[in-house]
Amino acid sequence: MAVDTLEILNILARDARTTAETIAQMVGCSVSEVTEIIKHCEDSGIIKRYMTVVDWEKAGVERVIAFIDVNVRPARDVGFDAIALRIARYPQVQSVWLVSGGSDLRLAVEAPNLRELANFVAEKIATIDGVTGTVTHFLLRRYKEEQVLFVDTDTDNRLIVAP
Amino acid sequence: MVQQRSGEKSNNEAAGESEARLKSLSHSAATIPFSGIRRFFDIASKMEDVVSLGVGEPDFATPWSVRESAIYSLERGQTTYTSNLGLPELRREISKHLERLYKVSYDPEKEVLVTVGVSEGLDLAARAILDPGDEVLIPEPCYVSYKPCVSLAGGIPVSVPTYAEKKFLLDKNDLASRTTSKTKAILIGYPSNPTGAVMPKDKLEDLVSFACERGLYIISDEIYDRLVYEGEHTCVASLPGAYERTITLNGFSKSYAMTGWRIGYACAAPSIITLMMKIHSYTMLCAPITGQKAAIEALRHGDSAVADMVEQYNQRRRLIVDQLNAIGLKCHMPEGAFYAFPNITSTGLSSEEFAEQLLMKERVAVAPGTAFGAGGEGHVRCSYATGIERIEEALRRMGRFVESLRE
Ligand SMILES: Cc1ncc(COP(=O)(O)O)c(C=O)c1O
Repeated sequence: MAVDTLEILNILARDARTTAETIAQMVGCSVSEVTEIIKHCEDSGIIKRYMTVVDWEKAGVERVIAFIDVNVRPARDVGFDAIALRIARYPQVQSVWLVSGGSDLRLAVEAPNLRELANFVAEKIATIDGVTGTVTHFLLRRYKEEQVLFVDTDTDNRLIVAP
Repeated sequence: MVQQRSGEKSNNEAAGESEARLKSLSHSAATIPFSGIRRFFDIASKMEDVVSLGVGEPDFATPWSVRESAIYSLERGQTTYTSNLGLPELRREISKHLERLYKVSYDPEKEVLVTVGVSEGLDLAARAILDPGDEVLIPEPCYVSYKPCVSLAGGIPVSVPTYAEKKFLLDKNDLASRTTSKTKAILIGYPSNPTGAVMPKDKLEDLVSFACERGLYIISDEIYDRLVYEGEHTCVASLPGAYERTITLNGFSKSYAMTGWRIGYACAAPSIITLMMKIHSYTMLCAPITGQKAAIEALRHGDSAVADMVEQYNQRRRLIVDQLNAIGLKCHMPEGAFYAFPNITSTGLSSEEFAEQLLMKERVAVAPGTAFGAGGEGHVRCSYATGIERIEEALRRMGRFVESLRE
C-alpha cells in the first residue's frame, strides 16, 4: 500500500471528519487523489465505517455493557467461525473476538439494563449448540476507549505567545 | 530592609545622618531590550477567544512513558542534586544517541554537560568563549535569546542577514564581510526558529571551513534536530574540522515535547566543557534530577513518540503553508522546526502592525518577524505546534483580515 494511503488512514482514524480538502493539504497531494483513495478504501472494506466515540454516561444514557468469555466446541470444517458469526449477528453484540487463553471467544455485549443483559446471555448465547460455558464480566467504568481518555483533560495552558 | 514611606522621617535622618541615594541597577542589564514577543504576550493574554499561532512550544504533552518514569523516580525518593555534569547514565545515553544519529562521538565523562535547557547552554557557551568586546556572528532572523546571551557575557553580537530569496540560508560571503579581528565565534541555530530553514550539509561545510580559516568557535543550537521534514539533519560537529571548535547544544524541549522539564545538554571538547561546567557548578549547580530521569527514558524509548509527532507536524506544515499562500501571504516551505514564516509585505503593513492589527481585529496571535531581529521585517512567524482545527480557524480569520486590508 502506498505511503499516502496509510497516512490518509491515520488522519481519518484520528478524526474522521477531516475533509478531503484538508487532507490533501496535509499530505501534499490533490483533492481528487484523496477522494479516490478514500473511495477505494471504502469500497474494498479497508475503511469499515465512520463512527463517533461517545461518552454515553455523560450524555445521561444508562446502558449496561458486559464482556463475555465464551467456551466453544469447534465444529468440523468451520472451526469457530460458524458460532462466532451466529453470535456476532445479534445487534446487542458490539464486538466478537477469537482469543487465546482460558476461553475461546470474547464478546462485548450491550443492553439497556442488567436484567435484559442477563436474559440475553442465558437465552441466546448459552443455548447455542456448541457453546459449553460463559463467564460474564460487567463493565463498571471506562477509562479509555479508541485512544480517547474518559477523563476531563486540561485545556491548553501554554503561554499564548512564547519565543 | 523595609522601605520608608516618603514623608516619614527615617531613623537615620532622625539621628541626624543623611541617607545616600540608592545606586542605580546594572547598566548592562538595563540596556538589553525586552523581547519583541513579550509585548504581544501581554496584550494577547488579556484577550479572550484568541487563536494562537504564537506559541513556540509543542502542543503535545510529554510522552506518557517519559512522564511515568519521572513519577517512578519521585516515588523512589530520587530528589537530590546530581553531579555537576549531570547523571552519568543520562550523559551516556546522550553520547550513544549522538553517535547513533550523527556518528559523532563525545566522551560522556568529559565532553557532555547536562544543562537547564538549551537556554542555559547558550549562556554558558557565550560565557566560556567570550571576553569583553569579542564579537559573535549571528545570522538573522534568529531565536530571541542569541543576542542578549552574547551581550550579557560581555560580547558584541554582530548580525549577519539572511534572505527569504535564499531560503534564509547563511552565506559564507555575508559572514566574511562582517568578520573583524575581534570576531571570536559564530552562533547558529538550524533548523531555525523563526524561519524553519535547514542548512544543507555543503553549506555547513563551507561554514566550518570558514571558521577553520579564521580560528573561530561555532556555537550550534540544534534543538530542532529531530524536527526535519525534508532531507536529514546534519550535526555540525560531525563535519571535518568542526569538533574541536564546536559547542553542540541540544535538548529535550522540542523533540520530545518536554519544555517544562528544563533539560538540555552541551557537548564539546573537554577544555570547553570544563569551563562551561565550572560556571554551571556555581550558577546552577546541576539540572533538576526529575527531568534528567525523564530524559533518560526519552532517549531510550522515545523514538516512536517522536516519529508520531513529526508526522503530525509535517501534515500541519503542508497545510499551513498551502493556506498561507492561498490567502495571498507568500510563504516558502520551511524544512524544519515548527514555524512558517510568511512574507506579509503585500498587505502594506510592517510586521509589527500586521501582528498587532491581526490580534486586535481577528484575535489571532502571531509573532512579528522583527522580534527575531531587524532582518525579520516583512514577515511574521506562525507556529504550527497546534491542532489542525485551530490552524484552519486561524487561517480563516487571517484570510478575512488580509481581505479587509484590500478593501
Ligand atoms: C532555537 C531555540 N533555542 C533554544 C530554545 C530554548 O530551549 P530550552 O527549552 O531547551 O531552554 C528555544 C525555545 O524556544 C529555541 O527555539
